[in-house]
Amino acid sequence: MTGMTNRKLTLTSWIGLALIAFNLVIFLAGPMLAPYGQEETLGIPFAGPSADHLLGLDQNGRDMLSRMLYGAQLSIGVSLLAVGLSFSIGVPLGVLAAIRGGVTDVVMSRGVDAIMSVPVLISALVVLQALGSSLPVLIITIGLLDSTRVFRLSRVLAQGINAMEYAEVARLRGEGIFWMIRKEILPNAMPPLVAEFGLRFCFTFLFVAGLSYLGLGVQPPFADWGGMVRDNQQGILYGLYAPLFPAAAIALLTIGVNLVVDWLLAGRTTVQGENR
Amino acid sequence: MSAPAEPVLSIRDLRVTAPNGAVLVDGISLDLARGEVLGLIGESGAGKSTIGLAAMGYGRGGCKISGGQITLAGTELTTGGKATREAMRGARIAYVAQSAAAAFDPSMRLDRQIIEAPVQHGIMSVPEARAWMLELFHALQLPNPETFGARYPHQVSGGQLQRAMMAMAMSAKPDVLVLDEPTTALDVTTQIEVLALLRDTMRRYGTSALYITHDLAVVAQIADRLMVLRHGKEVESGPTGDLLQAPKAEYTRRLVAERVGSLRPAQSGRAAEGDTLLSLEGVTAGYSGLTVLSDVSLTLRRGQTLAIVGESGSGKSTLARLVAGLLPPSSGRVEFAGRALANSYRQRTRADLKAIQMIYQLPDVALNPRQTVGEMISRPLEFYRGLKGAALRAELRRLLSLIGLSDEFADRLPGALSGGQKQRVCIARALAAEPDLLICDEVTSALDPLIAEDILNLLRRLQDELGVTYLFITHDLSVVRRLAERTVVMRKGRIVEDRPTADLFAAPQDSYTRTLLESVPELRQDWLNDIMARRAR
Repeated sequence: MTGMTNRKLTLTSWIGLALIAFNLVIFLAGPMLAPYGQEETLGIPFAGPSADHLLGLDQNGRDMLSRMLYGAQLSIGVSLLAVGLSFSIGVPLGVLAAIRGGVTDVVMSRGVDAIMSVPVLISALVVLQALGSSLPVLIITIGLLDSTRVFRLSRVLAQGINAMEYAEVARLRGEGIFWMIRKEILPNAMPPLVAEFGLRFCFTFLFVAGLSYLGLGVQPPFADWGGMVRDNQQGILYGLYAPLFPAAAIALLTIGVNLVVDWLLAGRTTVQGENR
Repeated sequence: MSAPAEPVLSIRDLRVTAPNGAVLVDGISLDLARGEVLGLIGESGAGKSTIGLAAMGYGRGGCKISGGQITLAGTELTTGGKATREAMRGARIAYVAQSAAAAFDPSMRLDRQIIEAPVQHGIMSVPEARAWMLELFHALQLPNPETFGARYPHQVSGGQLQRAMMAMAMSAKPDVLVLDEPTTALDVTTQIEVLALLRDTMRRYGTSALYITHDLAVVAQIADRLMVLRHGKEVESGPTGDLLQAPKAEYTRRLVAERVGSLRPAQSGRAAEGDTLLSLEGVTAGYSGLTVLSDVSLTLRRGQTLAIVGESGSGKSTLARLVAGLLPPSSGRVEFAGRALANSYRQRTRADLKAIQMIYQLPDVALNPRQTVGEMISRPLEFYRGLKGAALRAELRRLLSLIGLSDEFADRLPGALSGGQKQRVCIARALAAEPDLLICDEVTSALDPLIAEDILNLLRRLQDELGVTYLFITHDLSVVRRLAERTVVMRKGRIVEDRPTADLFAAPQDSYTRTLLESVPELRQDWLNDIMARRAR
């Protein structure tokens, strides 16, 4: 990771890091910062911003700011867990398929291809409709579906690294598969995997928001940013700002992560054999 | 136009700076008369390519020309704008790169790429450019010149492609060519052919050139004057003959001595003694239907060095992979220390794996960039020999001192090492296993001459001290002569000749071996003339 830590911070990376840090604070301390409870009805629906309610009230007369601060935990937490799950499944299996090759690789890769041939949204809708949308089902469904993408990336990265001569040296030494994965392949696949983690987080975040918007994500009365956009959408018809605040929160976090990922990936387009 | 006495290219106090502020080239001045060839010599990082590109008013990868003047055919490049420089490039000065395969667009026929420059610059019409291209094809002795241009880059050989690139560079009749290691990627036998044609073509059309290379013997054949560079500064310069016969600077003396020393044969005293360590009998092998090795038999005695020589595609590296267990033979028998050796490394015992170690051509990719030198050398120590704690650290220190690196290198990552140091670490890692046989696959060909010589001396010393046996794969005959007691010459997967090195060099039996031997460039200036004259007969 040394190559990544000592690179120069650019203006865009500063903006990205600031946005992520800001969201992290909200994620960790959101409910404590919230002036009101997320289910408290405080006034007339769609009341505009005022001194008491900085972002106004939502369609049920609840404080927008408080709901957004509460919603951060669910929105960001669900995405983080789902991405964490997809990486802990996808990376080991992808690397294993690359090292083993042959039948193992064919079976695993074609299986993944089969899953990927169905659009993620459709698979997710079917599973969530069938099993009912609860948080664990939501996280596991998204995590599993996303792990196919992570599998593909890790497999192709590991294949490249496995063909390098230092990996050959380790194989010829008689090293087992555990050493190969942990010492030879993973450390060298780290930079692109970290970047992919950031991008995957963005996609998942938007996906959860999308599912919530469709009513299959996080269920009321709990707040989450995607659901809040849906709940307040009729406000758009009356020229109200209400739905724009959660939408802006989603956009800002996504942009922040993307800026940081771009910065991490800059000059890292070739992963294998950089010195060749 | 300028008077004949005036140099066609004149560089004064050139200074090139990298984006991070490092000075790559400093205070270089040179003059190139019409028709003159100036050789730029030096190790990697000496700034030779940077000077070559700067002559075109170009800085690679964000490098900037931060000082000095570059005058090309009366036009000042540093003060003239971008348009001036672009008008000169390809028209008055052209570039020939090391790798022709990477310089051509693979999806475009050769002729379209070759006539692009003169047509683009408005110097010639398409028919004129084609006529000139044909003349160049004839001059460069390309096969079937009339139809050669209709081919795609992948349809011609490496030597032909290199000549086609020369034609591309000459297509707009430039005053100056920048030739950047134009023959380095070629086999020795192809190299002299291309070299002779380059020289004759430039002489015929009175083209001047900057000839960039690390190979003193090659440049001696083609350059009128030489400039030796090191760390971006001029070491010395002068007419080729004077500089080779009486080098003034210490660095130049060492370069010349290395080249002369390469012609001295190895003092072999270990030739016959020792039992058989490795033997191959009627081995045939290949990749999916394609036979790369056919009926190969050879014997390697303990403590000896056996060199396998041949051009690219001769099967020498395949032989190394077969012995290492990376490629199973389709028939034949491989014996190691009197026992049959399993075909695949997966079936070999740990003792067999430990006994056969390998060193690679490119130390950059043979070292894991995320492991420190200490970790990499320690691993075989604990894996094969079960060393731990203080014993492990002591052995690590001993190995580091054996390869001439100090203790603090143990904590460094490969990125903080030079090419030669990396190769030393590879050697130490292989030695850590206490192997009986060390397979060296082109271990010096990616290194600068002086560093390669250090590595060869180290390998020889290690053999004297530890009695390791080497299987030495190389295309460089000067390496063979210095190191090997016995030499096997391979061609197209077959063994052509297998004899003690001294005999082989003194009296080669096979005609291919003779061609190979006489293709090794010598430092004599008229060597190329002699060879070409002999071949013409």
